[in-house]
Amino acid sequence: MQKDKDATTSAFSTPTFRNRQRKRSNETDTELSKANGNHLLVHDKNKYKSMLIRAYSTLWMIGGFALIIYMGHLYITAMVIVIQIFMAKELFNLLRRSHEDRQLPGFRLLNWHFFFTAMLFVYGRILSQRLVNTVTLDKVLYQLVSSLVKYHMAICYSLYIAGFMWFILTLKKKMYKYQFGQYAWTHMILIVVFTQSSFTVANIFEGIFWFLLPASLIVISDIAAYIFGFFFGRTPLIKLSPKKTWEGFIGASVTTIISAFLLANLMGRSKWLTCPRKDLSTGWLHCDPGPLFKPESYALPGWVALFFPWREISILPVQWHALCIGLFASIIAPFGGFFASGFKRAFKIKDFGDSIPGHGGITDRMDCQMVMAVFAYIYHQSFVVPQSFSVELVLDQILMNLSFEEQEALYLRLGQMLEGKIVGQS
Amino acid sequence: MHRDQSCSSPRTPRARQRRRSNEIPSEIIRSDGSQLLLVDDQFKYRSMWVRAHSSLWMLVGVAAAIYLGHLYICAMVVVVQIFMASELFNLLRIVHQDRRLPRFRLLNWHFFFTAMLYVYGRILRQQLVKTVTSDKFFYRLVSSLIKYQMAICYFLYIAGFVWFILSLKKKTYKYQFGQYAWTHMILIVVFTQSAFIVANIFEGIFWFLFPALLIAVNDVAAYFFGFFFGKTPLIKLSPKKTWEGFIGASVATMIASFTFANILGSFQWLTCPRKDLSTGWLQCDLDPHFMPEYYSLPRLISFWFPWKEVAILPVQWHALWLGLFASIIAPFGGFFASGFKRAFKIKDFGASIPGHGGFTDRMDCQMVMAVFVYIYHQSFVVPEDYSVDMFLDQITRNLSFEEQQALYGKLGQILSEGHFI
Repeated sequence: MQKDKDATTSAFSTPTFRNRQRKRSNETDTELSKANGNHLLVHDKNKYKSMLIRAYSTLWMIGGFALIIYMGHLYITAMVIVIQIFMAKELFNLLRRSHEDRQLPGFRLLNWHFFFTAMLFVYGRILSQRLVNTVTLDKVLYQLVSSLVKYHMAICYSLYIAGFMWFILTLKKKMYKYQFGQYAWTHMILIVVFTQSSFTVANIFEGIFWFLLPASLIVISDIAAYIFGFFFGRTPLIKLSPKKTWEGFIGASVTTIISAFLLANLMGRSKWLTCPRKDLSTGWLHCDPGPLFKPESYALPGWVALFFPWREISILPVQWHALCIGLFASIIAPFGGFFASGFKRAFKIKDFGDSIPGHGGITDRMDCQMVMAVFAYIYHQSFVVPQSFSVELVLDQILMNLSFEEQEALYLRLGQMLEGKIVGQS
Repeated sequence: MHRDQSCSSPRTPRARQRRRSNEIPSEIIRSDGSQLLLVDDQFKYRSMWVRAHSSLWMLVGVAAAIYLGHLYICAMVVVVQIFMASELFNLLRIVHQDRRLPRFRLLNWHFFFTAMLYVYGRILRQQLVKTVTSDKFFYRLVSSLIKYQMAICYFLYIAGFVWFILSLKKKTYKYQFGQYAWTHMILIVVFTQSAFIVANIFEGIFWFLFPALLIAVNDVAAYFFGFFFGKTPLIKLSPKKTWEGFIGASVATMIASFTFANILGSFQWLTCPRKDLSTGWLQCDLDPHFMPEYYSLPRLISFWFPWKEVAILPVQWHALWLGLFASIIAPFGGFFASGFKRAFKIKDFGASIPGHGGFTDRMDCQMVMAVFVYIYHQSFVVPEDYSVDMFLDQITRNLSFEEQQALYGKLGQILSEGHFI
């Protein structure tokens, strides 16, 4: 079924060539299995040609990505949403059996109903107060948006229950098992896709840095693993992905950690990347960068100063956090790729899709990114968001999370409480 | 597999008891092929007796837990949840495949433990902090655990994820992925509803007891109306359910919801929220929802009856909505469970409760109801300044006095500038 969806625009779309491209994925091609069963990249004769295809599409992806980063938070969010829609579509189609499907008209629609409900719920929660802050100009619109935000959970729940009842009323006698399987599959897809995209969007609004750094690290880890495996790969890493090697893995880990340290320094200097966005505007951003992004100078030890002209080095505190993120990206994030490989082997599929020439589908590219995005969000919430409360922070939170009436109520009650304390103390 | 775990009567009556569930064995299809409704079943009186017997015991157990208090009810919910998860984990297990995967079962319980830590940590966060305010050391420990709760649970989950990938065995990939997905679905279903039940309990036992009662009333009323009047089948999924039972139960549930809310709302034990994890008696200011409002009855009623006015608690209007949901939508939980059992050709989820099947069989409608009640409560019942309370709490706990004054000043400045141009 995936071979029919020819979305590639390149000229090299003959079946044999695409087969060789697919070999870049994780399924071993039986035509190439030699007597000793050695399938490593180092020994593959057509590797240079496929590397070129892969490099070409990688370049385009990076180019498009950089453009969007330049344009801003809202556009990045839009890009994430578009990627998410494509991923969901790939995954919805994956375990579909067209024979059963023909007997169930309108069943596909149910998937998209749940998708829409999930999108409303997830983005509503993350962007709710920012949305309200954006429409403060018009009183009517403000009231409307505020009440939508207040009843947001109830609205999403009603939509979900409607979908649930629709599902039950469409159960057809001989297709129960298929329908229940599809229902469970839909839930799993939506959970996987929306968890990571919602965390990604939450990260973006905290500062593009917290989205760009983890994503870049995964890309670097991938590319470094490919190159190290290309030139040095000898020992297979794991049975699930026979093309991955220990040399590639270790080389990529070292490269990733070093580049995490350096990239954090580079990116941390740009205000565009480090400032959080409080509403949904698209213009330029001004903010106080916060203690994490202020450079601290460390004097270098004497012997280094002999060889190099630098006497001291300035390190942003965020670089230490970047080391942890880099460590995770090199050691744990590849397990996302292993999971996807195992999944493809279990269900005997070569790729999740074929939208990207040389790489497979969008899910193939995003498998490690997904694990990373969730980690980056949780790391940020637990360790980066400042440890001690400060007046600025609480004020920010109040402005972000409470409506205007609630802020006034808080103000009044805080005043009462403080007066009570002054009276109590005197 | 679950036929072995029996603690009661011999084989044949249980086969008859299982007919009370949703699968119809082939022996009693009549010659004209029509389905056998409850009205025509000869053994119905006997099975009704067994069912009533176990219903009574369940009722007594729940009543005891309610008398003992919030913490004990939570403990009961947790125990029920463990049993449900156990039943469901065992359901789609294939023993043949399982023998090749030692300790794969352990992975399920690892994810269960992680989910429990996450869900109850979030829900009971406020209560936990307030319980340990007496001891400074414990307070710090608990506060830091709460702060890093998300990270801890995430690392536990990732550990399970990595363990799963490392345990993938060559010929059992599909089975293992299927089990992994199944585990996630079970945990989501079981924990969402139990988390919401526990959250409801701490808002006031009323918000747990009342919906559970409504579902029980709906079930019992549907059973009796079907018993005496059932003729027209309701839905292909559950051939024993009838339109007469459905409509009769809906009416009974609506009336019951209005009256029960009045009765239950007059007990402080049931209506007071619990702010910490203590178990003693509860005193609180009466929530405006539970304060009776007096309406004078129209002339013609006061002519015939001795009452001049009727006291209605505002919560009774909310109760009508809950009753409506319980009668119309909650049964779909039961239909879902029936469809699921038909799809996978199983008679019951388990056999723990004689006459009823397993725990999941009893809890299927309760689950849908619990989620609805939580969302309804958060959206329509909770007082307006809930989040303001939370912020005030945060401010008093985390900022010093001077910082609070500074915050007050700055907030005043921003508010006076105003939002509207």
